[in-house]
Amino acid sequence: MAFIEENLPYILAGISVGGQYALIAIGYTMVYGILRLINFAHGDLFMAAGFMMVYLSATLPLYIAIPLVILLTVILGFLIERVAYKPLRKAPRMSVMISAIGVSYFIQNSAWYITSGLAKQYPTIPVISNSINVLGSTTTVVTVITPILTIVLVAALVALIRYTKIGMAMRAVSRDFETSQLMGIRINTVISYTFVIGSFLAAVGSLLYFTNYTTVTPTAGSMPGLKAFVAAVFGGIGSIPGAVLGAFIIGICENIIKGLGWTTFYDAFTFALLIIILIAKPSGLFGEKSTDKV
Amino acid sequence: MTDVVLRLENLTMQFGGVLAVDNLSLEVKKDKITALIGPNGAGKTTAFNCITGVYEPTNGCVYFYDEAIVSNRPRGKMKKLYAGENTNTDRRIISDTHDMNTKMGIARNFQNIRLFKSLTVFENVLVAKHMRMKQNVFTATFRLNYREEKRVREECMELLEEQGLLHLRNEMAGNLPYGLQRRLEIARALATQPRLLLLDEPAAGMNPQETQELADFIVRTRDKYNLTVFLIEHHMDLVMRISDHIYVLDFGKLIAHGTPEEVQNNQRVIDAYLGVAEDA
Amino acid sequence: MDNSIKKQKIILTAALIIGLFGLLLILEQLLPSSSMLFVVLKKGAIYALAVVSMNLLNGFTGLFSLGQAGFMLIGAYTYAIFTIPLEARDMVYQYFDGGIIKFALPVIPAIILSGIVTAIFAYLIGLPVLRLKSDYLAIATLGFAEIIRAFFQWDKLGPVTNGSNLLKMYPVFHSVIFPFAVSGICIAIIVLLINSSYGRAFKAIRDDETAAEAMGINLARHKQISFTISSFFAGVSGALLAMFQTTVQASAFRATMTYEILLIVVIGGIGSVTGSCLASFLFIACSEWWLRFLDNTTYIGSFKVPLLATGFRKVFFSVVIMIIVLFYNRGIMGTNEFSLDALIGFFRKRFDRHRKEDTAA
Repeated sequence: MAFIEENLPYILAGISVGGQYALIAIGYTMVYGILRLINFAHGDLFMAAGFMMVYLSATLPLYIAIPLVILLTVILGFLIERVAYKPLRKAPRMSVMISAIGVSYFIQNSAWYITSGLAKQYPTIPVISNSINVLGSTTTVVTVITPILTIVLVAALVALIRYTKIGMAMRAVSRDFETSQLMGIRINTVISYTFVIGSFLAAVGSLLYFTNYTTVTPTAGSMPGLKAFVAAVFGGIGSIPGAVLGAFIIGICENIIKGLGWTTFYDAFTFALLIIILIAKPSGLFGEKSTDKV
Repeated sequence: MTDVVLRLENLTMQFGGVLAVDNLSLEVKKDKITALIGPNGAGKTTAFNCITGVYEPTNGCVYFYDEAIVSNRPRGKMKKLYAGENTNTDRRIISDTHDMNTKMGIARNFQNIRLFKSLTVFENVLVAKHMRMKQNVFTATFRLNYREEKRVREECMELLEEQGLLHLRNEMAGNLPYGLQRRLEIARALATQPRLLLLDEPAAGMNPQETQELADFIVRTRDKYNLTVFLIEHHMDLVMRISDHIYVLDFGKLIAHGTPEEVQNNQRVIDAYLGVAEDA
Repeated sequence: MDNSIKKQKIILTAALIIGLFGLLLILEQLLPSSSMLFVVLKKGAIYALAVVSMNLLNGFTGLFSLGQAGFMLIGAYTYAIFTIPLEARDMVYQYFDGGIIKFALPVIPAIILSGIVTAIFAYLIGLPVLRLKSDYLAIATLGFAEIIRAFFQWDKLGPVTNGSNLLKMYPVFHSVIFPFAVSGICIAIIVLLINSSYGRAFKAIRDDETAAEAMGINLARHKQISFTISSFFAGVSGALLAMFQTTVQASAFRATMTYEILLIVVIGGIGSVTGSCLASFLFIACSEWWLRFLDNTTYIGSFKVPLLATGFRKVFFSVVIMIIVLFYNRGIMGTNEFSLDALIGFFRKRFDRHRKEDTAA
C-alpha cells in the first residue's frame, strides 16, 4: 500500500500515458492485422497532429482548431496509405516496410523544415489541463480523462467491429486477404477505413499526450510510436484489447521505473519487454498461433 | 546391414477432427522403387510432409535406417481428439532440424518447384553441395578451399549434363520452362548425395513422352547411384512401369500393397479409384 | 575460363585499383584539405562500408535487421575507449577519475578489436532474435539498438563509456587514403564472401528458406554467420566514423542513422555491392555538398525564392527517396554488379554495330 502511495503520481502518470499509447497502438495493430505492415509512419502522424494543433490554435479558436486537427490528421493518414502503401501492395513485404520508413523520414524532415528545428509549445486546452487532486496527489484533469476516454473509444471500436458490416469486412480481410477480395469485399474501402480509424485515434491521443508533455519536436512521435507498437505486439498483434492492455502495462511500468530512479532505462524497459515477449510468446498475450501451410 | 531404408510406424496426422493419415505403417526397401498412390485427398502428400518434417505427426514414428527421425505422440488438446489406437511411446530422435535429414542422406523435390530464383541453373545445383564441402567461413572466403570447389563444380557439371541442362547452366533458374525446372530440381536433389530419394509427383504437368523419359531416368539414376526411391504419383503408367512395390491409400488408410500386378487386380483398389456404385 | 584471360582480368582490376588510389593521392596534393570533396570522399567511403555490411545481411541473406546504428555505436565506442592516449584520459573521463581503462592500443589493432567486440554482441543478440519472422526481426533488432544506446549512456558504466559525455582526443586520420584503404579491404572481403559457397548459401536462404533447409543448409547457423560478419564490419565502419567525427556520443547513433543506411541500400539496389558503394557516395555528396544550396534562403533581387530554407535539403531528399522506393524499387543497379566483362561487352556491342552500319552503307 505504501508503495502505491509513494509512487501515486508516477502510477497516475503511467495510467494517463498508457491510455495515450493505447490510442496509438490500436492504429498499429489494426493496420498490421490487415496488411501485415508495421506502419513506421504512424508515430510521426501522431507528432504531426501535435504540430498542426500548435499552428492552427495560433490563428483559430480552439473549438474550431480541435476538430480541424482531427480532420486533417485523418486526411493525412488516408493520403499516406494511398500514396505510399497502396502502389506496393503486390510488392514483397520488405518493400512496403521500407516505404513506411521512407514516409517516416519524410514527415520528420518536413516537420524539422517547417519549424526550423525549434521546439514548439503546445497550446493549453482549458478544462483538461486544470489541476485536480486525486487520492492526495495533484495531477491534471487529462490524467483522469485519458483512461476513461480510451476505454469508451475502444468499446465503441470493438462494437463497430463486431456489429457492423464494415467491421465484419475488416475481420475477414485480416483473416484472409485474398479470399476476402474474391468474396467481393472492397479491399480499398476496408483498408482506407482502417487507416481513418487509426489516424482518428492517434489524433485524439496526441491531444491528450501533448497537453501533459507540452514540448513538440519533430522526433516527439518516434518513441511513443515505437512503444505503442511494442504494446501491440505484447498484447498480440491483431487484437485490440490486447494492444490496449499492453499499452497500459507499458505506461505504468515505465513510470514506476522513473519513480524508482532508473531514468536512463525508462525507454529501454519497453524494448526489453519486447524482446522477452518475442522470445517467450511471439504471438503476444491474446494472439493466435498461426500454422503455415506448405 | 538392414534391408529397410525407411519405415513408418503407426503414422497418424490429425488436423483438429479431420483424420488425414490414419495409422499408416509401411516399409521402403533398399535399392527398390516404392510408390505411394491413392485418389485425390487420400493423404499421400500429408504423409510425405510428415516424413520430411514439414508437419509434425499427431502420432507415430518414422525410421531411417533404423534410426528414428520423426516421432510424436498425442499431446495437449490432441489427447482428447486422437481417434486412433497404437499410441507411440516417447523416443529420442536423432535429427533436430530438417537439414540434418538431408545430411544423413534423404533428398526430396517439391511438388510446387522451389528453385532458387535469383541463382543460375549451375548455382542451384552447386548450393546443394555446400554442406558436403570440407570448409569453414574463412577457408571459403579466402578461397583456401579451391580444391573442394573444383571437385564440387565438376560433380555439378556431370549432374547437369545427365539432365541435358549443361548448355543452360548460366541461365537464371526462374527463366527455364516448367519441364526443365523439374529436371533441375531433381539434379539439385541428387547433388546432395542422397541414399534415399523422395519424389513428390515428379511427373506433374508432363506429357506421356516426358513421363516415359522420366521413368527411364529414375530407374537409371537408381542403378547408377545405388539409391532407394520413394515416390508419390498420380501418373499410373509411370508408377506401374517402374515400381517394385506399391502402397495404396484411401481416406488416410492403407487399403492395399504389393507388386504392380497385385495392386492392379486388387478389388478394393479398383473400388477406391472408380468409386463403388450406390445401392439403388 | 582461359587462364590467360583470367590473368588479364586480375591485372586490369589491380590496375584500376592502383589508378584509383593514385588519383586520390594526386587530388590530395592539388586541392586544399578543407575542400568539401574530401569530406564527401571520406564520409562516403565510411558509409559505403556500413551500407555494404547492411546489404550483406538484408539484401543477400534476406534478414530484415534494423540494428545497424547500434552496432556502429559499439564499434565507435570500442575504438575510442581503447585508443585514447594515457595523458588525455583524465581530461576526457573527468567525471569518472580517468576511467577504468588505463592503456591505449595502436590504431589498427583497435579497429580490429572494435569489429570483434561488435561481432560478439551480435552473436549474443542473434541467438534469440534470428528465429523470428522478418517483421518481428526488424522490430527486435531496432529494440536492441535502442537498449544498447541506453546502456552506453548509463552513468554506472561511466568509468568505461564516459556515461552521457562524449569521448574525444583519440587518434584520427587525415588523409582520404586511410578510410578508402580500410573500407576497400573490408568490402573486398565481403565480396569474396558473397561469391563463395557461403554466399550462395545466404542467397538460397533469402530466396527460399524451406528449400535451402531441404538442401542441407542449417538455417540457424548460416543466419548467425551472416549476422555476425555483417556486424563485424558495421563495427569497423563505426570505428572509422568515430575517427572521422573526432568525437563520439551515443545519442548520435539513433534509429534515423539505420534508416538512412537502409535507404541508401535501396537506392543502390538490394543485392548489389557496386550499387551500395555508388549510392553511398551519391547520398553523401547530395546531402553534404551539392544540395546544400537548398538550405540557404536565397533572394533574386528582392524576390525571396520560396521553399529554400534550413532543412529543405532533407525534405527534398526524402521526396527523391520516396520516388525511388515507389517507382524504381530495384535501385540504381538492381542486383547487378560492375564487372569488366560487362563493360568490355558493352563497348564491343557498340563497335560491332558501327561496323555493321559501315558495311551496310
